[in-house]
Amino acid sequence: MIEIDRLTRLYDGKPACDAVSMTIETGTITAIVGTSGSGKTTLLRMINRLVEPSSGEVRINGTPTHSEKPHLLRRRIGYAIQGHGLFPHHTVGRNIGAVPRLLGWPKDRIAARVDELLTLFSMDPSEFRDRFPAELSGGQQQRVGVARALASRPDLLLMDEPFGALDPIIRTRAQDDLRQIQRHLGSTILIVTHDMDEAIRLADRIAVMDAGKLVQYGTPAEIIAHPATPFVAEMVGEADRPLRLLALLQVSELAESGPADGPEIAPDATLRDALSACLWSGRESLPVRGTTQRVTLEAIRSRAGAHA
Amino acid sequence: MSDTATTPAGLRGLSPPGLLFAVLGAVSLLLPFMTLRANRIVAGEGLPAWQIAEPGITLPGLTVLALGLALGLPASRPALRLGGALLALAALIFLLTNGATALMQDAGDYARVSPASGFWCLLAVTLLLAADALAQMRPGPALRAVLLAGALGALWATLASGLLSELSIGIEYASRASGFARATVRHLWLSLGSLAVAAAIGFPLGIACHRVPAMRAATLATLSFVQTIPSLAMFGIMIPLLGALVTALPALQAMGIAGIGFAPAFVALVLYSLLPVVANTVAGLDAAPKPAIEAARGMGLTPMQRLWQVELPLGLPVLLAGVRIVLVQNIGLAVIAGLIGGGGYGTFVFQGLNQTATDLILLGALPTVLLAMVAAITMDILVDLSRRTPEHAR
Repeated sequence: MIEIDRLTRLYDGKPACDAVSMTIETGTITAIVGTSGSGKTTLLRMINRLVEPSSGEVRINGTPTHSEKPHLLRRRIGYAIQGHGLFPHHTVGRNIGAVPRLLGWPKDRIAARVDELLTLFSMDPSEFRDRFPAELSGGQQQRVGVARALASRPDLLLMDEPFGALDPIIRTRAQDDLRQIQRHLGSTILIVTHDMDEAIRLADRIAVMDAGKLVQYGTPAEIIAHPATPFVAEMVGEADRPLRLLALLQVSELAESGPADGPEIAPDATLRDALSACLWSGRESLPVRGTTQRVTLEAIRSRAGAHA
Repeated sequence: MSDTATTPAGLRGLSPPGLLFAVLGAVSLLLPFMTLRANRIVAGEGLPAWQIAEPGITLPGLTVLALGLALGLPASRPALRLGGALLALAALIFLLTNGATALMQDAGDYARVSPASGFWCLLAVTLLLAADALAQMRPGPALRAVLLAGALGALWATLASGLLSELSIGIEYASRASGFARATVRHLWLSLGSLAVAAAIGFPLGIACHRVPAMRAATLATLSFVQTIPSLAMFGIMIPLLGALVTALPALQAMGIAGIGFAPAFVALVLYSLLPVVANTVAGLDAAPKPAIEAARGMGLTPMQRLWQVELPLGLPVLLAGVRIVLVQNIGLAVIAGLIGGGGYGTFVFQGLNQTATDLILLGALPTVLLAMVAAITMDILVDLSRRTPEHAR
């Protein structure tokens, strides 16, 4: 569990991050969302003390972060940034093994961990281990950057706009991969993004920051359905709210018995996809793959309006 | 595409530099190739290449020279062009040595023969052709090292064979062989020793400037100012300063330090070296990509680990480029030391100037140029080797 306790950072007497308190449960993804200048990156960088707080403290599993030397603290916390930050003169294997090497792991254990992570990120170790970062595609570089941040099995993974430099298609795939790997490893992840879509797609909890203050902290459904301030509502996008809500839910939640014609939809597809399929093919209901059930346009419509 | 657009139809497939070298070579042949003088000081008589010996020597020599320059023409055959340059070079040496023998035969005891402007121009054209062909072939660091060793070996063989001993410069050398050896050692001490001291001061200073931005502007401005002081003025400042220092600390005098001689020259060279070393250290450390530095901090590298594992390896080529500048600059500047009794090749240059003996000047100048060229090529090889990522991964 990560406890952030009235964390404040002043620059020239003005707070960049103003008394932010929040608790992050182990094994979840939390997204910090805000516009640029909202203090979200400052908040993130105070957790591994790349920025020293002016006041307040962070406790990781009960231990305050200021009780340790900063570089030792950082070795326990994974850190992945926009533009991956890989060392251009080190091979992929050496990049991923960087923190384990700092921690003094034996060579064979590092090698095994590197291969394990490359496999996890669907990159063939024998093919990629000895390549240099410049020989990889943008998506591959970014995956190696995240793999490096996870290498020492950190208590916490901090990510600062990790997908910011990727094109939209690669970005969506990278987000799906991250979600899958996080479930597989049970990691605790704190991710900073300015992209509300990304936050909704990835996070269990979303923290919205505005002018250095934490303005709302809740599940994606809460944030979409009940934005606490006009700023949050604007971040969510007034017009897209029903669609965003539907994008959080799976077809299987609304599946009901009954007949339906035409192409089937997967039970783990989102209701947003189902709505889209209904509108596009002009059908009132879709059969759910692998079942005798269906999902109806009527049920989707009432679910989208059920927030109030 | 641009070739066909800009090159006249008849010249397609010819190397533009090769063409230039051939034309320059032909023009240079009109200049006097060698000079014959009654003694080492008086002005002499310039002779064109076809008059330095009987046709039995000049004809084959000039034919091979022309053939060599012609081989430099085809743009797509760099190996052939290099071969042409070497052939032309051999022809030049052949003409020079045989010309010297022929001209000295019926001249008096004090007569001197020297290469003249035509020879020097042709030598320059030939070396440029060789350099151009080599650049086209893009040899790797290892091959360049082999080529350098080969060239030095060939030069040594030519000098050791005594073929050049009849030339005036050879006679100047013969009467000063032991002094030349001493000057060589002293010149190397001046240039390499000052580089070592400048590196010992400059690298830490550069690292400090990189870490403390407030230091950077002041340090670089001061060193730039030092760089603008003309070398003669620098000695002028150094002589009273060191003189006063020695008077205050007699122990220094026991170490051989004085207002003139080796010490002020050495100190001046160190001062001139600091700017390139410090500036390139700062630039090299800055060259590491910002995200990589940020990631290194975020992963828990200590500042020292960051320096040794990330910033220095990535900045090494730029750092070494700074060392290269200093080395070549110091080899040249060390000549000035001859003016204040600092020794080195400058001794011959300034003696030659005083006696208006051109060949004595050359005895100091040519080895200086050679030393600087060897240093530059060696440092380029080291800079290439210091790039940590393989070429295909850059």
